[in-house]
Amino acid sequence: MSGASFDDSGVDKDRRRFLTTGVSVVGAVGVAAAAVPFVSSMQPSEKAKTAGAPVEVDISKLLPGMKMDVKWRGKPVYIIRRTSEMLAELDKLADVLADPESTSEQQPDYARNHYRSINPEFLIMVAHCTHLGCSPKFRPEQAPEDLGADWKGGFYCPCHGSRFDLAGRVYSGQPAPANMPVPPHRYVSDNVIVIGEEEGTA
Amino acid sequence: MRKAMTLITNGFIWFAERFPIMKMWREHMSEYYAPKNLNIWYYFGALALVVLVLQIVTGIFLTMNYKPDAELAFASVEYIMRDVSWGWLMRYLHSTGASAFFVLVYLHMFRALLYGSYKKPRELIWIFGMAIYFCLMAEAFFGYLLPWGQMSYWGAQVITTLFSTIPVFGEDIALWIRGDFVISDITLNRFFALHVIAIPFALAGLVVAHIIALHEVGSNNPDGIEIKKHKDANGIPLDGIPFHPYYTVKDLFSVAVFLLIFAVIVFFLPDMKGYFLEHANFVPANPFSTPEHIAPVWYFTPFYAILRAVPSYSWLGNQFGGVMAMGASTMILLFLPWIDRSPVKSIRYRSVAFKLLVAMFVICFFGLGYLGMEQPTPVKTILARIFSIGYFAFFVGLYFVSKYEKTKPVPERVNYK
Repeated sequence: MSGASFDDSGVDKDRRRFLTTGVSVVGAVGVAAAAVPFVSSMQPSEKAKTAGAPVEVDISKLLPGMKMDVKWRGKPVYIIRRTSEMLAELDKLADVLADPESTSEQQPDYARNHYRSINPEFLIMVAHCTHLGCSPKFRPEQAPEDLGADWKGGFYCPCHGSRFDLAGRVYSGQPAPANMPVPPHRYVSDNVIVIGEEEGTA
Repeated sequence: MRKAMTLITNGFIWFAERFPIMKMWREHMSEYYAPKNLNIWYYFGALALVVLVLQIVTGIFLTMNYKPDAELAFASVEYIMRDVSWGWLMRYLHSTGASAFFVLVYLHMFRALLYGSYKKPRELIWIFGMAIYFCLMAEAFFGYLLPWGQMSYWGAQVITTLFSTIPVFGEDIALWIRGDFVISDITLNRFFALHVIAIPFALAGLVVAHIIALHEVGSNNPDGIEIKKHKDANGIPLDGIPFHPYYTVKDLFSVAVFLLIFAVIVFFLPDMKGYFLEHANFVPANPFSTPEHIAPVWYFTPFYAILRAVPSYSWLGNQFGGVMAMGASTMILLFLPWIDRSPVKSIRYRSVAFKLLVAMFVICFFGLGYLGMEQPTPVKTILARIFSIGYFAFFVGLYFVSKYEKTKPVPERVNYK
C-alpha cells in the first residue's frame, strides 16, 4: 500500500488526464462564478444609486455674479449667475482655451454652445476638476495677486493649478485635459431647475 | 516551588511531543546561522517587524472606539483623542508607527541595493518583500481615509480618480472601488474593512513567507558572499553565528534605541509639523471644498511627484501617462534582481560607476520626495521632470553598468574586525 512501491502499470493514463483536466476546469469555472457575487457586491448599492436621483433647485434668489452650491450624486454642482460683463469676457478667450467650442463630450448637446448653458446667464456645472477630481475655487475677480495679471475670472483648482474660464472651459496647457462637465439639467420654470434630468426624459 | 517547576517542565514536554516547537526553535533561532559581519544596515528588518506588531496591537485598540461611518468617523477620532483613556497614545503610536514603518522599510530596501541582497538565490525574498511594500502602501492609503478629515477625503478622491484615467474601463473601475459616484460613507466603510482585516491578513502571511524564504537560503552580508561555501566538519558555516543568542541580543539593543527615538516623536512631535499628520486633516471632510494645498503624506511624495511631472495634455489626453509612470516607478523595483546583472553583490567590490548611479538615485528619490510635498511652480515642475528621468535612468544605467563594470576581487571569507 505504500506510495513508493505502488504499481501503476495498470493505470489508464488518458482517463486520469481527462479526469484531472475536467476537475480543474470545472473547479476554475466554479471559483470564477463564485467570485461574481463578491466582486459585484462592491458595485454601488441600490441606496447609493437612489441617492443619485435628480435634485430640484430654486435659483430665483441667486444674485448676478454669485455662486450657489448644490449637491448632486454627492458631487458639488456650482450654479453661477453670470453678469453681462462676464459673458462678454467669454467671447474674447477662444485663442487661449484648449477646447473653446466644447467639442469633447463634457456636456449635454443643449449646452454645447459658447456659454455652455441653456440660458447664458446661468452656468450649471459639476465642480470636479477633469484632472484628478479636486474641486476648483470660484474666482470671479479680475487679476488677483495670487493668480496673476492675466486672470479674467474663472475657476482655479488648488490641487494642481488648472485654470478654467467662467464657462468651465479649460485654458490651454493646464494639467486638466478637458472642460469641466455640465450635468444633465432642465428648466421647470424660469426660476426652478432640475439637475440630473433632461427635457423629454422626465 | 519545585513541584510547580516540574509541572511546567512536564507541561512543556507534553506540548513539545505534540508540536514541532523545538524543531522550529532550532531552525529559525538557535541553529540558524547568520553571517558574523552583519552591520547597522541589518537592524531595519527586525525593527520593521516590531513596528508591524505595534501597528496591529494599537490598531485593534483603535477599532474598539472608532466608527467607520461618514457621520461619526471624525468625531469618533476626536473622542479617542480626548475622552478614551490613553486613546491619544493609541492613535499617536499608530500614526507615528505608519511613518516609522516606511522609514524602516525604505532603509531595509536600500540595504538590499547596497549589498545586492536581492540577487540569486534571494530573488524570491525580494519579491515577497516588494509584495509587503505594496501591501503597506495599500494599508497606508486605506487607513488615511478613516479619520475622515479634509486630506483623507481629497487624497482618496485624487487617488481613486487616478483609476478613472485608465482608458475605456477607468470610470467603471473607479466607481467599483468607491462603490459610489464620489468618496462617501460606502467608500469609508469598505476602506475600513480592507484596512483592518484584508490587507493586514495578507501582510502577516507575506511576512512569514519573507522570513521562511530568507531562512531557506540564508542571510546575505555586507561582503555579499555566501558563507555556506566554507563549512566546518559539522556542516556549520565558518563565518556564521547562531541567530540566538547573538542576533537576538543585537536586535534587542536596536529595539531599545529605536523605541527611544520613537517615543520622543510620539510624545513631543506626533504630527511632525505636518509631515506625519497633515494640518488640513484636522478639519472634517467637506465634499464642497478642496483644501488650498493637497499633498500625500511624505512616504508617497516621490511617486506623486513623478505622477505630476508627466504632462497630462500631451499624450492620451489625460493624466494616464502620469499614472503609468507612477505605477512603473514602483513596479520597476520588483525587477531589480534581473536589472542588476553583476555577479558581485556588495557595493564594496563594485565600480565607481555603480556607486555614482546609486548616489544619483538617492538624490532623485529625495528630490522627488521634497517636490511631491510642494505646490507645483514652473521651476519645480522642470526639476521634478529631471528627477523623474534620473529615477528611471538609474534602472536603465544599472542594466548596462552591471553587465560591463569592472569589479574588484571578492574575498573568500567575510571581513570582520
